This record gives sequence, C-alpha cells and structure tokens, in this order.
Amino acid sequence: MIIGIDVGGTHIDGAVISNGNIVKTSKKITDRNNLFETIWTTLKILLEDIDKSKVSRINLSTTVSTNAIVEKRVSKVGMIVQSGPGMNYDFSRVGDQLEFISGYTDHRGVVVKEIVEDEIKTIRDNFIKNNMESIGIVSKFSTRNPSHEKQISEMLIDDFDTVAMGHSSSGRLNFPRRVNTTYLSAAVNNTFREFAENFEKSLKLEGVDVPIYVLKADGGTMDLDTAKNNPIETILSGPAASFMGLSALFSEIDDGVLLDIGGTTTDIFFLADGVQLFEPLGINIDNHKTLIRAIYSVSIGLGGDSYVRMEDNKLKIGPQRMGPPIAFGGEYLTPTDAMVALGKLDGGNKEKAVLAVGELAKRLDLSIKEAANKILDIMTGLIKEKVDNLLIKINAHPVYTVKELLENKRIEPQFVNVIGGPAKILAPLLEKKFAVKVKYPEEYKTANAVGAALAKPTIEINMLADTERGILSAPEAGIYETINRNYNLEMAENRALEIVRDSAIKLGANKADIEAEIVESNSFNMVKGFSGVFKNIRVRAQTTPGLIHDWRSQ
Amino acid sequence: MFKAKNRLGLVFFPAFDWAISKTHPEREERLLYTQDQIFEEGIQDTEGIEFYNPVIASEKDVSRVHIVVPNVASQLSQSHLVAAGGAIRAYKAVMEKEVNKSFALVRPPGHHTHRVVYGGRGFCTVNVGAVALERIRQDYGDLKVAIVDTDAHHGDGTQDIYWNDKDTLFISLHQDGRSLYPGTGSIEEFGGPSAYGYNINIPLPPGTGEEGFLYILDNVVIPILNDFKPDIIINSAGQDNHYSDPLTNMNFTAQGYAILNERLNPDMAVLEGGYSIEGALPYINLGIILAMAGLDYSHVFEPDYDADKLKQDTAITNHIEKLSEAVYSLWRHKKELAEEKFKNKKEVTRERKIYFDTAGITEHQVQKFIICDDCSGLSVIDSSNDESAHILAITVPRKSCQYCIDKAYAMYDSSNQYPYTNVYLQDRCNDNYLSK
Ligand SMILES: [Zn+2]
Ligand SMILES: [Zn+2]
Repeated sequence: MIIGIDVGGTHIDGAVISNGNIVKTSKKITDRNNLFETIWTTLKILLEDIDKSKVSRINLSTTVSTNAIVEKRVSKVGMIVQSGPGMNYDFSRVGDQLEFISGYTDHRGVVVKEIVEDEIKTIRDNFIKNNMESIGIVSKFSTRNPSHEKQISEMLIDDFDTVAMGHSSSGRLNFPRRVNTTYLSAAVNNTFREFAENFEKSLKLEGVDVPIYVLKADGGTMDLDTAKNNPIETILSGPAASFMGLSALFSEIDDGVLLDIGGTTTDIFFLADGVQLFEPLGINIDNHKTLIRAIYSVSIGLGGDSYVRMEDNKLKIGPQRMGPPIAFGGEYLTPTDAMVALGKLDGGNKEKAVLAVGELAKRLDLSIKEAANKILDIMTGLIKEKVDNLLIKINAHPVYTVKELLENKRIEPQFVNVIGGPAKILAPLLEKKFAVKVKYPEEYKTANAVGAALAKPTIEINMLADTERGILSAPEAGIYETINRNYNLEMAENRALEIVRDSAIKLGANKADIEAEIVESNSFNMVKGFSGVFKNIRVRAQTTPGLIHDWRSQ
Repeated sequence: MFKAKNRLGLVFFPAFDWAISKTHPEREERLLYTQDQIFEEGIQDTEGIEFYNPVIASEKDVSRVHIVVPNVASQLSQSHLVAAGGAIRAYKAVMEKEVNKSFALVRPPGHHTHRVVYGGRGFCTVNVGAVALERIRQDYGDLKVAIVDTDAHHGDGTQDIYWNDKDTLFISLHQDGRSLYPGTGSIEEFGGPSAYGYNINIPLPPGTGEEGFLYILDNVVIPILNDFKPDIIINSAGQDNHYSDPLTNMNFTAQGYAILNERLNPDMAVLEGGYSIEGALPYINLGIILAMAGLDYSHVFEPDYDADKLKQDTAITNHIEKLSEAVYSLWRHKKELAEEKFKNKKEVTRERKIYFDTAGITEHQVQKFIICDDCSGLSVIDSSNDESAHILAITVPRKSCQYCIDKAYAMYDSSNQYPYTNVYLQDRCNDNYLSK
C-alpha cells in the first residue's frame, strides 16, 4: 500500500493505492498557517482502518519550501561568488550579504587562478559578525571542477548551519541560475529540515515506520534524507503531482496536450510520444531562475471562477478572479455562471446565474443562451490560442546538429486530455477548437494525490568525460573520477546508465522501477598539436520517466 | 537579470555532427567551448537576446551568388545549406524587425568562396554571408551595404563576388597576404570598372594588436563608412586575428574584438574563421555578443590575457599609420583614379589562377566586365580547371539595363556547348538562373 499526499495552495489531497487500485481518497482545505497540522490531519484520515504494517511508503508533495521562499521566511544567507572573466552580473537579489572573490576555473575545468585564502577568512569573519546562518558558494564552471567550492566549504562548514555548493545542484551550465539555486537551497534548508524532522517524529509516535519520499518538480521522488540535504528540489512539485496523476488516469503514447482547468487557473502540459517535456533549464520561483529540473507546465489565469466582463466593447475573461461565481454567492460574473445558466452544471443558484448572464446578453444583443455559450466559446478559444503559442515556442527549441535540424521533430498534438471541475462540460467545446479527440476521466478529483503516490525516484545526470584531463564528472551524482586515454563513447554511455541506476537506488528506488536511458550523447575529437587526439565526451542520462511498477503492471 | 540595450538575434549553430575531417581545424569541436561559455554565462536568460534555428538555404539562394560546377546539389552538402540558412535566418530577423541586430554563429565559414565554385577552398564551399545578403536584397529590395571582414585571412571570395558592385562596399582587414593564405588582399585590389574604390584591402603586418586594429577602425574604416552611408553594415566576424590562433601571427584580443564591434556597430555579423577554439573563441564570441547587445563586456578577458605581452611594436604602429593614410587617400581619389584607369575602355578583363585546396583543383579563369553607360554591365567568365571542366558563365547584375539583359540572354542562347562543358546564365535582375 502506498499513501500519496499533495499539499496544494487551497486543498490538501490524499490517496491510498493498493495493488493498482485507489482504495481511499481525502480532500481537505489547506491551512497555510499550519501546514504540519494540515498534513497530519489528512494522514490520520488515510491511515484510519487500514493495516499500518501494509503501508510500504508515503509519498508527499509539500509546499513547505515553496511557501518559505514566497513568504520570505528563510535563513540569513551569506553568498560567496567567484565569477571570473565574463559577464558583469547583478546578483543583488541573492542573499543577505554577497561577496565576489578572486580565482577562476575555465570551461574545461582547468584552474586558471587559485583562490586567496585570506580573502575567504575575512569574508567568513564578516559573515559571522553579521549573523549569517547559511552560506552559498558558487564558482563559474564549478560543475567542471568543484575544487574551489569544496575548498571554501571546508573553511566555513564549522561556523554555519548549512553550506550549499553550486556544483551539487545541477550539471547543467548556467552560472547565474546556479547562483540563484544555491542561494535558495541555503535559504530554505533549515525550514525544511525542521519540518522533515517533525514529520518523522510524529510518524514514529503514531507507530508508522515506513520510508518517506518527497515529490520533486520533475515528477519524481527522493527519500526524505536526501531532501533534507537538497530541500530546494521539493519546490513547486504541485503541478508535477497533477501531471503524474493525469498520466496514471490516461496512458498515452502520442503527442498531446494535458489540461488541468481549475477555479483560478488552467495548467497546460505537453506530451511528446507520451512522455512529459521538461523545462529546458529549470523552474522559476519568486522571480529567481533556477536549475531545478521540472516538468514543463504553464499556468494561465483562466478558470471556472475567472472574471467575465465587457471591456472596450469586447467580452473579456480573466486573468483575475474576483471571488466566487454569482451562482455560488459571489458578485462577479464567471464562466461557472454560464455553465449553471445553461443547466450544464448542477448546484448553485440558477436564477441568479441566469439573471447575471442575462445582463451581459442585453449588452451583447444576444439571447441568454447565446451569451452563455459565447462565454464558454471565448474561454476555450483562449486556451487553444495559448496552447498554439506555446507549441510554436516549443517547436522552435534550439538544435545543434544538422541531423536534428533536418529531422525537424515537432510536437503535433493528437489528443487533449482534460481534468478539473469544468472538464466534462468544456470537453466538447475544446474538441471543436482543437479538432482532435478530447478526453476527460470520470474520477479525477484527487488525481494529484494519486500522482504523488505513484511517482518514483528520478535523477538526471550531465556527464562529461575528458580523456586529455583524464577526468569524468557527473555533478548531480557527486561523481568525479579518473579515466584513461582510451575511454570512449560506449564506455561513457554504459557508465552513465550505471550512475543513474545507482543514484536512483540511493534515492530509494526499487530495482524493478529503475530504467535508465541516454537522452543526449556526443563525442568530440580534441586535437592537441602533435600530441594527438583526445576525446571530449558528453552524455546526458536520466531515469526513464514514468510511474512506479505496481501501477504500470495493472 | 540583464536586459540588452539592443535586441539581439543569435543563430548559434555549432553543427556538432559535421567536419571537413576528424582532425581538421574545421571539425565538430570548433564551437563546443563557445557553447559552454555562452551557456555558462546565462546568455539564454538575458532579456532581449533571442535564439533562432537556421533555415535551410535553397539551391536558388546559392545560385543567386555562385556558379556551382556542375551544379549546387553535387558540391554542397546539407551542412553548407544549413550554414548559409543560418545566416539567412539571422539577417531576416533584423529585416523583419524581430530584433535590432543579429549574429550568425554558424560553421563552416564562407568568405573564401568566389563566384565560381569547383569545390572547397580555405575551409569554405559557399559564401554564407553573400548568400544571406543576396537573399535579403531579393526579399526586401535594394540595399546599400558595407561588409567589414575582420578575419585574419583576406576575404578573397567576398571580394570576388562584389568586385564590380558599387552598392556593396567591401573592406577587409587581414594579415598581409605575403605572409598568409590566400596571398591576395593588397591595397591595389580596388574593385572592377563599375565599382572602383569599393573594394578596400587593409593588409596588416604580422604582430598587429589591439592598438593597430582600433587605429585602422577609427582612422580608415569608420571615416569611409561615414562617407559611404550604407543602409546596413555587416561584420564578417572571423576571429583568427587572435594572439592564440594557431594558423596566423596576429595579436588581437577578445576585448579588442568587442570594442571593434561596439564602434563598428554592425547590423549583422556572421562568423568566419577562428581556430583557437579553446583559448580564444569562447571569449571573442562572448565579447561580440555582449557588444552587439549593448551589454557590459569590460570583464571579458582570456584567462591568460596579459596586456604587456601583447603590446604592439612601434615599427608596426608606424607602418599602420602610413598605411591608413594611403588607404584613405585612395578612397578619396577613387573617382579620378577610375577615370584614368578605365578611360575609353569598352571592356575590362582579368585573368587569374585559383586553387581549391580541399578539392585539389586548380582553376584558370578569365573574367570580362563589359562596360555599359546605363548600368554596371555584364560579367562573362570563361573558366576551366585541370579536371576537364570548361564553363562559360554570364552574370546580369542587379539593376541592369534592358539592353544588357537582352544581350546576356542572346549570348546564353547562342553559346553552344562546345567547347564548354557547361554554360550558365545568372540573371540577378529577374532572379532567374539557367544552365545547360
Ligand atoms: Zn581566417
Ligand atoms: Zn547596361
């Protein structure tokens, strides 16, 4: 039995999955001021009348780190940044005290200029004096050679709660994002650790002794201990949970669009040959661009409760929500009122809805039915327009080889799957707009909790093997090892798959659940004067996206 | 993050699956470290910098510029069409006002490709920049263009293509041809009868550094551009003038390239050569990108940069000052010089030997410019090579008079195959390209 819990901004959803069946669900209001109690209440409901010894794992998608960042309840962070030659950066939003230091490592990972220890010592004393709690250290190209970050960390580790280093967040190259990511990691570390420890303690008191996993924004999980050291990976896992839930409800192998239409927003996801797209670099949070791997999702301000009004003689919907629909006691017209007025949605006050739509109908010189339909037509039209624009962007993603350019692989949706309150009502309208099959599941209300329950450990590595320097690195797995001159692409690919599998097991995966795959791989000849030809090999590998074994085998 | 002052379009296409050969300087690895640097600096997140994929240039795009023997399909691979298409995409982004400026970081380069193509020479098989320029002229109308070639090698191919075109001012800054491939590029090479003075060569002595390049820029290039008043300035941005380049002997720097770009203020740039792929290209390309975008490049230095070591020799400085005067004086007197040189001539002929090093082919070419009072006149090329090709190629330039157009078609129609293996008509006026 697996328990999945998804803490959202408004609701907390729970689900118990047993042998591929959903045996229990729960939906409650989130108390943002007491997240711990909120989770605990749901967990108690889920654990009631089930055999606790049969629970094999708890998967939790939590907003602890996200809220800490958005609400700025974070540690005081001192940042040490080694930017070397290059762009002139403005990192003024990063940390409470920011220090640039000398030293430089180049793109090959060769240390060009050493750090100056006295410089670091002065900064350390300053940080202590200014009561910094956590430290972030980032050097340019540290993923290629983390020695400077490690050296500096050694000098600071005893004096602060947490020291976060840039190279451990991601193997992808993007120095400003690495700085942001490392800052956020240092900033939320204490908050998350406290939460995690409380949670473990409470479970123990309840007599539940099962492994706990935390959901990540890429739709995968990691075990709680890893999360304690890398809490930033837990941010914005909500959309990932709902995506995973959707994947569980539909199984697809084509290109398609997934929509989650809520009250305030609609979340849009894409599938390429049935597999989710990831953000090209990483997720954005609180105006920080990060390197945190995430499922590509775009949220637009358009939902059942969006504000409908005339503006410049045009019918406008959203992006703001002014309160509940008129049919449910609100004051402003919404698409939900149109659905109620048309008799497509039960509940609520139909007379009020008809009256409100009627007022609009008069201004538009339409019948009430026509006006209501027009609202829904515009709403679905806006969704289609947004999806089309996103597809143009996605299909224009940069390629770097002639082969890729000539293949011109594009996403061409063959279906749209939709969940959320108005899914069933909007499906036929969406079908007309998109001109592809639109499906909606009967039971979707706790899809995100189901998604959380079925997520499995994931990792991506960006490996580089340089036979001239004799070094192989896979920063995400913390691996820096030596290789010989004859190392080749095949060896690198095999090693990459091995590292992915090992890392997934470390994150708590079952052997049966791990499939690793190569996403990108290239081998470049490096010609060095007369000394010969070396290889610069680059391999990106990941755990194959998908749901845990129990579910798939159904 | 940063916001670019100028919206900049980048076509970054390293062609990671293409090489002339596995160990050739023009190999898959060439832009690998440039990519690393661009990615690591976070250029993708800079507001105002947009990335575009190349389009694929068509045969017609190539035929607008080149006479490819026997035909485009037999000589050009998809990789060449993608490189040219990369420049087309970048130039179009500016013409369509999607961005203010653009830079095509594509490979292989193109500036050694002449009008007639028998194969590869100087790592080039298609003149990427010229193909893109003629495409935008075709799509967006007449344009007065200045091309400034900052590659260490003389841009002999671009010179050949625009030799008789007064609307395309070509200025090449390069290491003196007496000490470097392809050997041409003296100041006497000054343009054809209808465009004398619009082909300007500035051969620089080996060892020229920041000081010399910027002196030439400020004292020759920019004054000439101010006189010429182009609609568009293009930088043929070769990067082998760098002090660490293995193929050349110059002393230019990443800072220097960035400053040059800021002052030149080109609308478009296209990558040419540059083979110090680890020590120079990442920094020069970053410098050019930042300069074009109007961002701070003052921290862009090579890790081993040492201003003292790179200080320019006084003898070089003196030579460059004299050279500047000579070139600018020629430019100012181009009209008189042309009158004297071409007085009472009905046609002008030049005869050349051109070696295609990649293909190992030697061409013997006789080019005849037929002088016309109403337009810039036809070009007729009679060319043979040591592999038994013998071609006749008639070119009708842009804005030709009807008389010349009719004459070209009559010439094409009446040319029998014999003794030619192929006969070509390149009609730029009607965008019509024939061969038999
Ligand atoms: Zn060159
Ligand atoms: Zn004429």
